[in-house]
This record gives sequence, structure tokens and C-alpha cells, in this order.
Amino acid sequence: MSRRIIGPFNRVEGDLEVTLEIESGVVSAAYVNSPMYRGFEQILTGKYPLDALVYVPRICGICSVAQSAAAAQAIAQSMGIQPPRNGVLTANLTLAAENLADHLSHFYLFFMPDFARDGYRDRTWFAAAQSRFKSVTGSATADVLPVRAKFMNVMGYLAGRWPHTLAVQPGGSSRPLEEAERLRLKILLAEFRVFLERTLFGDRLESVAALNSEASLYAWMESRTDSADFPRFLNIACDLELQNMGRATDRFMSYGAYANGTESLFKSGLWHEGGLQALDVSVIREDVSRSWMAGGVALAPEQGRTEPQLEKEGAYSWCKAPRLAGQVVETGALARQMVDGHPLVRDFVARHGASVMARVVARMLEFALVLPAMESWLHQIQPGAAFCLPATEIEDACGVGLIEAARGSLGHWIDVQNGKIHNYQIIAPTTWNFSPRDGEGEPGALEQALVGLPAEVNSDAAPLAVQHVIRSFDPCMVCTVH
Amino acid sequence: MSELIARNEPLNLLWLQSGGCGGCTLSLLNADCRNLFDTLAGMGINLLWHPSLSEQSADEARNIFEACASGATRLDMLCLEGAVLKGPNGSGGFHRTAQGESMMSLIDRLSRVARHTIAVGSCAAFGGVTAGGMNPADACGLQYDDDTQGGLLGEDYRAQAGLPVVNIAGCPIHPNWVIETLSALAAGEINAGALDGFQRPRLYADHLVHHGCTRNEYYEFKASALKPSDLGCMMEHMGCKGTQVHADCNIRLWNGEGSCTRGGYACIACTEPGFEEPGHAFAVTPKIAGIPIGLPTDMPKAWFVALASLSKSATPKRVKENAVSDHQVIRPVIKRTRLK
Repeated sequence: MSRRIIGPFNRVEGDLEVTLEIESGVVSAAYVNSPMYRGFEQILTGKYPLDALVYVPRICGICSVAQSAAAAQAIAQSMGIQPPRNGVLTANLTLAAENLADHLSHFYLFFMPDFARDGYRDRTWFAAAQSRFKSVTGSATADVLPVRAKFMNVMGYLAGRWPHTLAVQPGGSSRPLEEAERLRLKILLAEFRVFLERTLFGDRLESVAALNSEASLYAWMESRTDSADFPRFLNIACDLELQNMGRATDRFMSYGAYANGTESLFKSGLWHEGGLQALDVSVIREDVSRSWMAGGVALAPEQGRTEPQLEKEGAYSWCKAPRLAGQVVETGALARQMVDGHPLVRDFVARHGASVMARVVARMLEFALVLPAMESWLHQIQPGAAFCLPATEIEDACGVGLIEAARGSLGHWIDVQNGKIHNYQIIAPTTWNFSPRDGEGEPGALEQALVGLPAEVNSDAAPLAVQHVIRSFDPCMVCTVH
Repeated sequence: MSELIARNEPLNLLWLQSGGCGGCTLSLLNADCRNLFDTLAGMGINLLWHPSLSEQSADEARNIFEACASGATRLDMLCLEGAVLKGPNGSGGFHRTAQGESMMSLIDRLSRVARHTIAVGSCAAFGGVTAGGMNPADACGLQYDDDTQGGLLGEDYRAQAGLPVVNIAGCPIHPNWVIETLSALAAGEINAGALDGFQRPRLYADHLVHHGCTRNEYYEFKASALKPSDLGCMMEHMGCKGTQVHADCNIRLWNGEGSCTRGGYACIACTEPGFEEPGHAFAVTPKIAGIPIGLPTDMPKAWFVALASLSKSATPKRVKENAVSDHQVIRPVIKRTRLK
């Protein structure tokens, strides 16, 4: 058995290290280390509740609005206030804009460049992939950066700026829209739709959303193999059999996303063994047995503690190990679509289980599902009606904010005593996906997904399969440990 | 440095991240330019490695760092995003590399050979939000600890080309603050006089956030907002520090047509050292006897009080009522005077 430490693991948000144990050229065990600790939960202790809105977005530059939204929801619950309809619609638009921009960055900047690596030079698609997806110099980078920057102009109207806005408030949005601004937002969404339909899909979003099985996906791909970037990925994925790579627990969790009145665009739940269950968040515990954290028994987030302890036998990550009723779960776009029940994703996973390919397909599918929803929310906004209610004073109260960031389920738990934050606990999507082992020795989702992959020992680059699997989760390490 | 450009040798830029959120990189990607990489190339800058954007991972990346440290590769620009984490107990153990070295140590080694060292964002400059509360990770800036010179490198530090650390402060940075600063450094157009008293490039730090604020009419009359989404001035009640904070956020806008004040929330002074611990609730203006403690920059208190009192009594009904509404309830009248 040989042991290999891979780090710094790049093209993810934040810092990541993975230790692989390799036997006969195959990964036999993996240990995922989140190597940086800042201490936001400690920083928040003793602050005014609303001050959390300044600190938490700064946990993460890529999930900044998601952090704001979770805090706003937790504080709103503790204050017993509910935003007016315009506030809800604006919050959905702001979070959706961030989530789609993140999907775009992940696909083009973080994930696809690996197929332009020299290790694939013998593949028929290599020359095309290199010219299109090579990091920094590929033609896709030149196409997508200005499109992304332009799309993020929606944040100029909705949030003042991105990242790190204070527009997302417990009572709604601090940024009322005038009719002219609503129209400019509509134009920005329309321009983004043109890019997605012309360059990413080569088809209408509605046609992509209507794909309902693995067979329909392949039939769709056949007719447009080199016409657009998603079909190009599918072609590569089929050749490399990425549908059989990177399976973790196949236990999928989603908090549900984009509530609008009594409806949500994506419902919450837990999918396991072919069935959907209601999600019971009261059985979440964070285990710190293998984390550089002081503590004994696994605690519910309401009672969670965050006390770093660097010298600790057996510990190998700053990340805690969240478990749902003692079980490892996977979260992210794939989990969100499994729980919501999209037929393409359900069929794909029924045949192969979770995989690199399924995770990317689900992420791409969300462009086709979420952008039309954004168009609809924008249509429903009524300039002139209220956007925000004032916050209320609280002395002693608790609140929970459960939302879906691009990369999965994000939870904030706030406990206010004597008007100040007594305890603030955060469990981020990648805390679930990239957790270390727990007290039972059960590896986290990525640690399971890496086992069995081919891993050549003598190269400077991390093994390519390992890179694909890690990046398929779209990890955000600055959220993971905060 | 400009000699290198004349010889057509690209300048090598290495970007590292430590105790921060990566938000400055994400903000940089919002740059309104052809595309960031072409813009850098056009400035004669070669991106040696960036953690979010480059192909090389693991040992490939490590080899780049070591080539810079040994001098085998010339390091023209070292950009750090995020604070330096000194804890626990000065070990740097809150952020270690795969080889077990602390990031603090790696940053120190590379800054000794860099021709220019650039702190991107308030964390790398001063410690920033990462140094908030009881500063659990013992975070500091490259050459500042809060508003005091020192930090990791010490007040006497000078990069190889002779400048101290260039502090592009902001949480996050505006993309063009970085692009313009790198462009000026590449062309040899920044000297010590181009930096302000906190070593921030004066190209953006010589302005106040107040300059260009769209709430100007409300400010003039001290017609003040009372809750988020109100249209009025946020200085009196909502914690806005725009009249004191150095940055050009309302002159060069963010994400197209945005800024914090245009987004309906206070300027919280994110380009200033120590903004993370203001000593009051961020969204509430601290006052003594009803008068804000943080008066507009260069404004004598007596005049401020006199003018505020006078302008409040002169506030037009339109301005007064719109200030506490989330949309214009009274529109400006049309004057049929040919606007003399």
C-alpha cells in the first residue's frame, strides 16, 4: 500500500487536501482534509443578531448570497417576521442568480478544463476539448467570462453588488425595484437565456427540461454532438464512462428551494433506496471524533460547539462530520433533483447510482429549470408594493434557516440570549459531502466516492479520475469550515 | 519593471489564498472587460498560477511555488487574498499546506523574493473580517495588523522593487481597483506617492463613498431612512459611513449599476482597517445627544449641527415623505418656467 497526499487541490473554492491510500493502482481509502480554519462561529458569538448579516456572507465569496439568505431566514424566524411578496420574489431571484452563476463557473472554469489535460491526448475528442476547455486559454473561457460578468449585473439591481451584499434582510429586500429596473432585469435574463440556448445547450431550455430518461438524453445528444458545450461534455462522459464513476452513498438530501407562497420550486426531502421520505432535520448531529475540534458526543446544531483543538489523536480535518440520523448523505444539484423528482435524473440514478456524470447532468438541468422560474418571479414583482418589513427587537429567541446553495443544503442555527448571539452554528453543503470519518469510522460522501478509482502513483498531477470525482461535487471549502 | 515589458518578457503573477473567503477572486471575475485573461495578457502579465483558475494541481502547483522561492522563476507580482493566519500560538497551524508547512511561512518566503507584493482585499491588507470578534485564528494582514503597521512582514518590509505591500483594501475589492493597480505596477507607474496613508492605491482611495451617492438630495436635507428599503439618506439612523470612507464605489459602480448605498444598505467602511469591529451594531448610527458621532470627513461639528438643523427645517414635503417610503410617493413637480 502506498500513500499519497494531494494538495493544494485547485479549481475548487478554497483549500482542499486529499490523502489517498493506493493498492495495486486503485484507491483503497481516502481521507479528505479541509486544511483551513477561521472561526466564524466564534466570531459571531456576542454580536447583535442583525450583525450576522455582515459576517456570514464573508464566510464564502462564491456562496455569499446563500449564506446571507440562510442567516436572514434564521433571524426572521427568531423575530417572527415574514417578508412581503416582493421581498420573497427578490430573495428568490438573488439566490437563483448566484446559484446559476456558480453552476456556470463550475462547469466552465473548474470542471471542464480537466478534459483538456495531456493525460487524454489519445482520445478522439482531445483536440476539440483542448481548444475549447483548456484552463485560461480555451475559447470557452473567453466566451463565458464576459457572459457571466454581464449576467451578474442582475446583482447590481437586486443586491447593490456581489459578492457580500446586505440587501438580503430578514424582512425582505432593502432594494426596491422601479419598473424601469424590472425591465432591465428582464433584458439581462433574456440575454443569458440566449447564451445558454445557443452556446451551452444548442437547444431551447424547455426542450432540455423536458428530457425524461437516460435514453432521451442520449438521443438528444446524438443529434447535436459538436454543436454546443453540454453535448460536448456528454460525448466525453460517455467515452470515459463517467456514469460509472464516483458513486457515494446514494442517500440524497435537499432542504427544498425557492419557496413562493405555499409552493416551492424544488421540494425538500430525503431520497433513499428508491423512495422519498420527509426530511426530519431534528436528527442532524455533528460528530467531531476525527475533526480538530474539542468535544465528545455528536451534538445537534442547536447545541453545537466550535472549539478548535489542533493536537488531537486521530483527527485529520477542521471539518466536522454532520450525519442525518447517523447516516452519511449527499447534497447538491443531483440530490435536489432526485428529491424533487425530475424524471431524467431519477432514471439516470436508478440505472447507475450517483456519478460524476449524474452530478453534472443535474447541474446543467437546473439552468433549464431555474432560469424560466426567474423570468416568472420577475414578472410577478410589483413595483410600488412593499419590499421589506422592519426587523423587530428580540431578547431571547432561536431560529433556523435552511436553504439550498448551488452546491447543496445550507443550514444556519441561531440562538439569541439577552439580545446578543449566544450560539451560531452553520452546516454547509460541502460539510456534508466532504466530511471526515465519524465516531463509527464511517467515511464521508467524497471519501466513499473515491474508493475504487484508478490512481497512478508516479505523476505530478493528481489522478484524473480522482480530480473528476472531487470536482463533480462542486466543493466549496471556505463554506465547509468557516 | 517597464524594461521587462520593453523586452517583451511577460511579468509573472502568482496568486495565493489564505484566511479569507475567495470573494475578491469572484469579484475580480465580474470585471467589465473583454475577458480577464486577455486583459492581463494585454498588460504584459503572465498568470503563473491561481488556485481557482489554473490547470495545475497538487505537486504541479507546489513546483511553481518552489521555483519562485528558489529564484528559478522570476516572481514579479505576488498577490495574497485572505488574511495571514498566525494561530494557534503563532504556529500558523490554522492553515497548513499538504507538506505540513504553514501558509504563513510559505507567504513569508515568497514575499521575500517578490518584486511587488499585493494584498488583495481587506483581509490580506489589515486582517479584515477574519480578524473579527476575539480573532480566533489570530489573523493579520501582510503589513498591517488592523490599523497598525506590522502584520506578517513588519513595517520595514519592502518588496524587491522597493514598494511596501500595496493594499487593495475592500471587502470585496472592486474588480477595476485590482486591474488598474496591476496595470500601473506592470508599467512601473506606481511609486510610494501613489499610495495613501494605509498604502491603498490613491486611484480609488482618494474619493469618498459619498461622492456620487444617489441619495444626495436626501442627504442635503437630512431626510433620513428609518428601515431597509426606505429611499432616504442612511447616515443619520442606518449606520452609513459613506461620508467618511475612502473608496469610489458610487463613482465607478459595481455589477453594472450597483453599489452598497444604491442597494439600499449602509456603507460599512469595508475598505478601512478595523471595519469588522465598529463597536456598534452595523445598521445603527451611534450618536451622542442625537448627533451622529461619525461626522462627514473634514466637516466641523458646529457647522454640521447648524446646517443639519437648518436643512431639516427646510426639507420639501416630497423629500421628507419619499425618504421613509420604498418608492416615490410624491414625484418632482414639472416646472413650466423653461427652467431658467
